Amino acid sequence: MTPALSLAGLRFSYPDGREALRGLDLIVAPGERVAVLGPNGAGKTTLALHCNGVLRARAGSVTVDGLVLEDDTLAEIRRRVALVFQDADDQLFMPTVREDVAFGPANLGLRDDDLQERVVHSLAAVGMSDAADRAPHHLSGGEKRRVALATVLAMHPDVLVLDEPTADLDPLGRRELAEILLGLPMAQLVITHDLPFALELCTRTVIIDGGRVAADGPTADILADETMLQAHRLELPFAFDPRTAARRHRQPG
Amino acid sequence: MGAGHAHALYVHEHSPVHRLPPEVKVAAAFAFAAAVAVTPREQLWAFAVHAGTLAVTARVGRLRAGFVATRMLVVLPFIAFAFLIPFVASGDRVDVLGVAVSREGLWGAWNILVKALLGVTVSILLAATTPIPDILRGLERLRVPAPLTTIAMFMVRYLELVAAELGRTRTAMAARGYNPRWLWQSRPLATAAGAVFIRTYERGERVHAAMLSRGYRGAMPALGHPVARARDWRVGLVPAASAAVIATIALVAS
Amino acid sequence: MHAPDGFLNAGTAVATGAASAGAIGVALRQAREQLLDKQVPLAGLAAAFIFAAQMFNFPVAGGTTGHLIGGALAAVLLGPAVGALVVTVVVVVQALAFADGGLTALGYNVLNMAVVPAFGGYAAFVLLRRVLPRSRTGVTVATGVAAGLSVVLSAMAFSVQWLFGATAPVPFDTVFVAMVGVHTLIGIGEGVISALTVGAVLAARPDLVYGARDLEVDAPRRRIGTRGFVVAGLVVTLLVAMGVSQLAVDEPDGLERVAIDQGFEESARDHALDRSMFADYATAGVRNESVSLAVAGAAGVAVTLLVGTGLALAIRGRGRDERDAHRAPERTHA
Repeated sequence: MTPALSLAGLRFSYPDGREALRGLDLIVAPGERVAVLGPNGAGKTTLALHCNGVLRARAGSVTVDGLVLEDDTLAEIRRRVALVFQDADDQLFMPTVREDVAFGPANLGLRDDDLQERVVHSLAAVGMSDAADRAPHHLSGGEKRRVALATVLAMHPDVLVLDEPTADLDPLGRRELAEILLGLPMAQLVITHDLPFALELCTRTVIIDGGRVAADGPTADILADETMLQAHRLELPFAFDPRTAARRHRQPG
Repeated sequence: MGAGHAHALYVHEHSPVHRLPPEVKVAAAFAFAAAVAVTPREQLWAFAVHAGTLAVTARVGRLRAGFVATRMLVVLPFIAFAFLIPFVASGDRVDVLGVAVSREGLWGAWNILVKALLGVTVSILLAATTPIPDILRGLERLRVPAPLTTIAMFMVRYLELVAAELGRTRTAMAARGYNPRWLWQSRPLATAAGAVFIRTYERGERVHAAMLSRGYRGAMPALGHPVARARDWRVGLVPAASAAVIATIALVAS
Repeated sequence: MHAPDGFLNAGTAVATGAASAGAIGVALRQAREQLLDKQVPLAGLAAAFIFAAQMFNFPVAGGTTGHLIGGALAAVLLGPAVGALVVTVVVVVQALAFADGGLTALGYNVLNMAVVPAFGGYAAFVLLRRVLPRSRTGVTVATGVAAGLSVVLSAMAFSVQWLFGATAPVPFDTVFVAMVGVHTLIGIGEGVISALTVGAVLAARPDLVYGARDLEVDAPRRRIGTRGFVVAGLVVTLLVAMGVSQLAVDEPDGLERVAIDQGFEESARDHALDRSMFADYATAGVRNESVSLAVAGAAGVAVTLLVGTGLALAIRGRGRDERDAHRAPERTHA
């Protein structure tokens, strides 16, 4: 089966010389949800920006459903891979929610009724249909996050890359987001510091450190390995036991 | 040097004025202000008619007189200046309440006063009945170059965020006892402003990345907003047309 | 400065409107390559910063406060073309959406608050950098002096506009002394805050300061256009001098002499002023017209020269940007 997303040997340095990616390999199967964990400065956000070619690697390749990222395929790759940014205010730059959701599909050439239909469906998918005519800066943190998700769902992507999606969400907002993400069929790469969220959403987890994949395995196993978590400056929340949590999670309700 | 104001003037209402397409309102506001500006100062009746037209427009737009009056205070420094003119101006002197002031100066003061007040009322009516993004769209329809309106769109979107960031830094400083009273104590403030500039710039880079991620290739897409019809123009330009007629009569009469 | 409607006469409003539109047109053309790509959102965010900075009070003396105007600061941070566009957007949105500044006053408000400070301030900045050491301190000091000067330039520009478009009998001398005097004080605050702000940015992200780009590159500094500046300056000065001398011819000293001899001084004076392009008001009652015209002329030359130099620098800057673009990798996301 063709992987939804395949990153091979990615190397990238910032102009100031800092090496952010040092030969990173990662393969995500269609429909698979993978959590990406790692300490600050491990290269997680840099990795996200490589998935759709906002940053271009010095070496290595990005392949999305068999399509290799090159200058000619950039536009199509950006349609296929959707990025949800860490700060929703960066993503919601248009005057109203409706215009913001329409921005992506309009760039794909959609107009009039087709465009409005995309907007309506995308907002419905995140439960924000009523917010279409509101200004983004008047939304709550949770609402902003869901609208940000709608803006990329409107592109009909095959891969969703989320950078710290639960940052500044209240518990209820976090729960609503988890439910929406669990209901989406496409492959998802969830970059997060929120280990319980990773466990709830993703069966598989990779730890990134120093610009490379340092560990890759079932989320429950990785979270149970305290030595490994400590080695990468990760820590479970107080009184959180991944084994019992995983068991509880598998039982419906 | 009036300071900027954080809050827009828009008043959410459903009125015929609110419903007019923005390009009509922006064009009408400019036309009205121009008619006021060229009305000769001696034609007092003409200014009364202009004021009446604006009052009716405000009424149709469901704006409260108190709201408009408070917002007019923005021209206060210039009103103060206008009141100074008769004293510093040259020319014949007349007695007003026992003080000798310049006759020409009085006319000059009246001219600035009445035109500033009518002009600011026009701007308030426009801003109170039109959300800022619509004003920008109106400008774009009136052929203002797209880079300017797009820069303005981003500015309006992020103004509150940036102002809030500056405000938070200020609060954080005050919380640690920083209470500058002299210009040479302002280094920490300027350092904070520099830091906010850097954060603002970096946000700009992230916004750009978010735009690229959704297929932006250097031009904002057309999102298909309705365009003004001939009827909108006919209705919307009524106050401005009346002001133009009044100004013309006043010019001929003077 | 946000002047309201009716502050200057209609002719001056139209003329300054045309001048502003011309300068903004040049700025748009020069900034086109930059604006096509990421500069549009960046310029928008920078405009939000300048707008917010104008609401940000700094202490002046004994608890009184002032606030930034930001034209020169924008030009040093973003370059003269983008800087002028950004401040123009701020001024226009303040007039349309915040009712701050008259709609028919936009011509002179944009000229005095955006075009003159951005282009004039940037020209002063570049000239100062020629004589100051090529270091962060040099850039900071140049920013401060240029920003202070830009405020005085605006006041001078306004006074000269008053000479042409006065709507009240306040003589040019009075307006000039008051405006330039007050704005010299305001300029000190503007200069200090602008310098400290640029200094803070230089310390953390020197790559973001347009006016300090040469500090980053190791290549020897381009000694561009000292000659061009001198030539342009001479041309402008000659043109203005010719204009003034033309007016001086219109000013019929001889005729006036005769008129005085004949006892018609008053009517002759009126006649002479009718023929001049200055507003009656701005020159009426001035004891020594030739001195105040000389002051106005000098102020006009200074403003024109610096703004013209700023425009020239903006035009030349584009060519340099294109060359630099091949060398400097794009910087995103630290």
